[in-house]
Amino acid sequence: MKNTFLMRNPSVLIFLGVLALFTLSVTLLSEATGAALISTSFVKTLGKTLCLCLIAIAMDLVWGYCGILSLGHFAFFGLGGYMVGMWLMYERTRGIVETSLAQAQIPPTPQEVVDAIGTQIFGVVGSSDFPLVWAFADSLPIQLALVVLVPGLLALVFGWLAFRSRVTGVYLSILTQAMTLALSLYLFQNDSGLRGNNGLSGLQNLPGLDEVPQSVVSIWFFWVSALALGLGYVLAAWVVSGKFGSVIRGIRDDEQRVRFLGYSVEGYKLFIFVLTAMIAGVAGALYYPQAGIINPAEIAPIASIYLAVWVAIGGRGRLYGAVIGAALVSLVSTWFTGGQAPDVPLGFYTIKWVDWWQVLLGGSFVLVTLFAPKGIGGLFDLAQGIVAPRRHGQALGPGQGALQEKEAQE
Amino acid sequence: MRHFLSFLLALALLALPMGAAAGPVQDILQSHRALIEKSSRKTIQPAIDALANSGLPQAQTLLETWQAKDMWQRKSDGLFFLGRSAGNGAYDLIDFDTGDSVGQADKGDLDQLKPNSGIRALIGTALVQFQLSDPDPARRWDAVVAIERAPAADHLAPLRKAVTNEPDAALQAKKRRLERLLTIAFDPELSSRIVAINGFRTDLGVDVRATLNPLLSTQRRVFAGEPDKALNIAAVLKPGSEALSRDAAYDMLVSAGLAMPRVSPAEIRNTLAAHVADGAVGGVPLAQLNTDAARTRAYAALADAGKAPPSVTDADVDAALASHSFADVYDEPAKAVTDAAQEALRAIQLRVGLNQALDLGLDALSLASIYFLAAIGLAITFGVMGVINMAHGEFIMMGAYTGYVVQQIIPDYTLSIIVAIPMAFAVTFVAGVAMERLVIRWLYNRPLETLLATFGISIALQQIAKNIFGTQARPLTSPAWLDGAWVLNDVVGISYIRIAIFVLALIFLGVFLFIMKRTRLGLETRAVTQNPRMASSMGINKDRVNMLTFGLGSGIAGIAGVAIGLFAKVTSELGSDYIVQSFMTVVVGGVGNIWGTLAGAAMIGFLQKGIEWLNPSNTLAAQTYMIIFIIIFIQFRPRGIIALKGRAAGD
Repeated sequence: MKNTFLMRNPSVLIFLGVLALFTLSVTLLSEATGAALISTSFVKTLGKTLCLCLIAIAMDLVWGYCGILSLGHFAFFGLGGYMVGMWLMYERTRGIVETSLAQAQIPPTPQEVVDAIGTQIFGVVGSSDFPLVWAFADSLPIQLALVVLVPGLLALVFGWLAFRSRVTGVYLSILTQAMTLALSLYLFQNDSGLRGNNGLSGLQNLPGLDEVPQSVVSIWFFWVSALALGLGYVLAAWVVSGKFGSVIRGIRDDEQRVRFLGYSVEGYKLFIFVLTAMIAGVAGALYYPQAGIINPAEIAPIASIYLAVWVAIGGRGRLYGAVIGAALVSLVSTWFTGGQAPDVPLGFYTIKWVDWWQVLLGGSFVLVTLFAPKGIGGLFDLAQGIVAPRRHGQALGPGQGALQEKEAQE
Repeated sequence: MRHFLSFLLALALLALPMGAAAGPVQDILQSHRALIEKSSRKTIQPAIDALANSGLPQAQTLLETWQAKDMWQRKSDGLFFLGRSAGNGAYDLIDFDTGDSVGQADKGDLDQLKPNSGIRALIGTALVQFQLSDPDPARRWDAVVAIERAPAADHLAPLRKAVTNEPDAALQAKKRRLERLLTIAFDPELSSRIVAINGFRTDLGVDVRATLNPLLSTQRRVFAGEPDKALNIAAVLKPGSEALSRDAAYDMLVSAGLAMPRVSPAEIRNTLAAHVADGAVGGVPLAQLNTDAARTRAYAALADAGKAPPSVTDADVDAALASHSFADVYDEPAKAVTDAAQEALRAIQLRVGLNQALDLGLDALSLASIYFLAAIGLAITFGVMGVINMAHGEFIMMGAYTGYVVQQIIPDYTLSIIVAIPMAFAVTFVAGVAMERLVIRWLYNRPLETLLATFGISIALQQIAKNIFGTQARPLTSPAWLDGAWVLNDVVGISYIRIAIFVLALIFLGVFLFIMKRTRLGLETRAVTQNPRMASSMGINKDRVNMLTFGLGSGIAGIAGVAIGLFAKVTSELGSDYIVQSFMTVVVGGVGNIWGTLAGAAMIGFLQKGIEWLNPSNTLAAQTYMIIFIIIFIQFRPRGIIALKGRAAGD
């Protein structure tokens, strides 16, 4: 019994318990299923936050455990959103088009329906033909499969190219950033086939479920997001436990040594990179129907850097740290930028948090990096009495992503 | 009665020798008096010609007066004068011949001549020859420009006359060139047109192409049977070829009334909808009409019943297309002219192509120098020191805003730029040193943490700039002597500001090389970079060297910001627009080597311009493909174009 997965990872059970409690309380407080103390839009915000926590777990896997500082995971997140968005938009437009064509005396041919949908969707970019990428937009199972396949394939190709030529450290970071930039610039074009900078919109409406109010839809998505987060956490915890987890932590701290021990470093890295890209795709596919709109600005390089910021603030190299960081920073950020935070009058100048929140975030981020490399997760270590090993200031290994002395656990 | 009287008067005036007021100009006016009074565009030409060709010095003033509606006729004797309002409805009358006043007259005694716009245009044409040989060179120049803007056949003769006696050499060349162009377009003589066309074979001017291209304009026409041999045919087209699709050919036949229009699916649907009876159309139930086959069947039934035009089958289309031929016919009837024009345009096109390549090269060079400028500071902090500074773009932005603030204080643009450059260096140097002291030095050998910490600084700086300067773009105006462009010919040109940036990039390269190879700081920097502990034991103050080097890199970024701000709008996002490209430049070129950065900037600049040239409408796509290319390039040269070897490589 002592060696089971759950016994070795007590945090999984605690996390799942907290998540279940949270889900239950939100359900009981929501408009649709409970006391209506939480507004529908806030339920959506919480649901979106859960998705961000999921991609933060992916980021923690790839950076905190494998040492690859990827600045491109929001590209995978966005791709997942686009894949599910295509189906949502297609089916919903089809519903509208069929209703309007049913008014006509002559029943429409299938081709006429498809043409009318094309005109509706691509009218804004001056086109009416379906591009090739929409080939499967009418099929939910295929689009759902593409949610993991497209990011996975992109990560596979990119990762294979990058890892086989031994691009590591900051070079890899810059390269992933370039990949995100290229993707977002490409999607910004009108003839990319995904409506250019208009993006896909109206995603909050589920096709065929027009009579279901948004308050109910939002709680459904909240449940699915919570489920995905729970499963993602368990999956990630399972991947990093055991021998496989030891190897990838080894790669993080000293890649050369792991290679000399006979492990296929590139294979391990590629596996983690592709797996996390898929998790990111799933998170995006759940996030954007709650946000209602996706456009190429969402996958600009800066979003991926923010992702790294969340993980670092939460504490990298521990899965619950990533979740705490993502939830805390994104919720606090919503609070500050939403104009709810009270202004601070200084007499000569009034600090409006809408204007100064970014400065606060940037500054606190620098402070965390400098003085608290463990991030918020360090508080748990403090509570448990876990101390850092004494390595005379040396990091755990020569790798650029290796844990620092202060970050490590004995 | 009035006409009769004036006729009598005219007779009398013609018969009599002129009185004191009459002169040669008045004579001409009086001899065409009837035409001038009638004032009709159709008949006025002889009167204008007579005045214009009279050779009299007053003719120009007269025509201008007439055109400006300042010519008045005295009712009593029918004489024409220049009238100037003297107030109270009275007019000063001025004689055209002498230019002297001949007294005042009341408005009631005068008729104003009001030429309509058609006549004024005719007068304008006649005036051209005077303006072309006007004593004032500026007016002659204006006349030539006016003809250039709206050339007409009428201008050819006066222009020819005005070429030879033109004293100003530049103006004469311009006139001669315009005369050749007008010859091509309007000369009735075929051979002289061809000679003129052939004379322009090596000319790159836009005006030449604008003259030659209309000669080659074609109309697509349909002929029953073979095309008419008498026409100047550019090409015979086969339906179904790339130039003319079958559908387009058939549409031409339809619009020419040579074939029945095809019935489109939409029309079929509308016709069916119009003939619904008892839940069915043409015997087909409505519910079944959701396939094309059923609709065709129902429509055929309607057509058979005579309720709709019959649909056109593919066989009908084939037959119609086979019995007609299609050809592009030149508007210009003379084959010799179109051949010569085509030949000349081909020759011109080749030269234009070569020059465009040169122009593209210059564009690419200037883009490369912009990237180099943006990246050179990074080549120091990242390339030499190995510090990833994500706030580098914000230093560029700070430099640009420093330039903007200096311009607010010093209004003189030249002086303000001269002040702004050292100011920008100072501001960003201090910022860089502060950042190195406070943040970066704790994170040496932790490049990923450095990346994230400097990113934090970057978003904070961006937001602070937004809070101070607002979100709208601030102008950083370049001095007047940097406006304009160095124009080689109509194809190749480059703005002075781009040349200045190129020069600035070269200067920076020189400064960088000097500091790194010839100064103590450079030596110490290289020593600290290669082996910090050894350098320390040699007595080099590692902290001080790092601080100064980082400050230097940041300061150069500030100067680059001033330069970039001159042609890009200064916003808080200015830096982040360049940061990824800058890192790309350094990585592609090879870290730790200034020549690598130069090669990287050149490669990225030329590549981007090259891709843009292949797909000119789409700079976004160009950037996308460029980044993909770079990602693939890194596969083959992971250490960049110029890779450090041996100990300098640091591993």
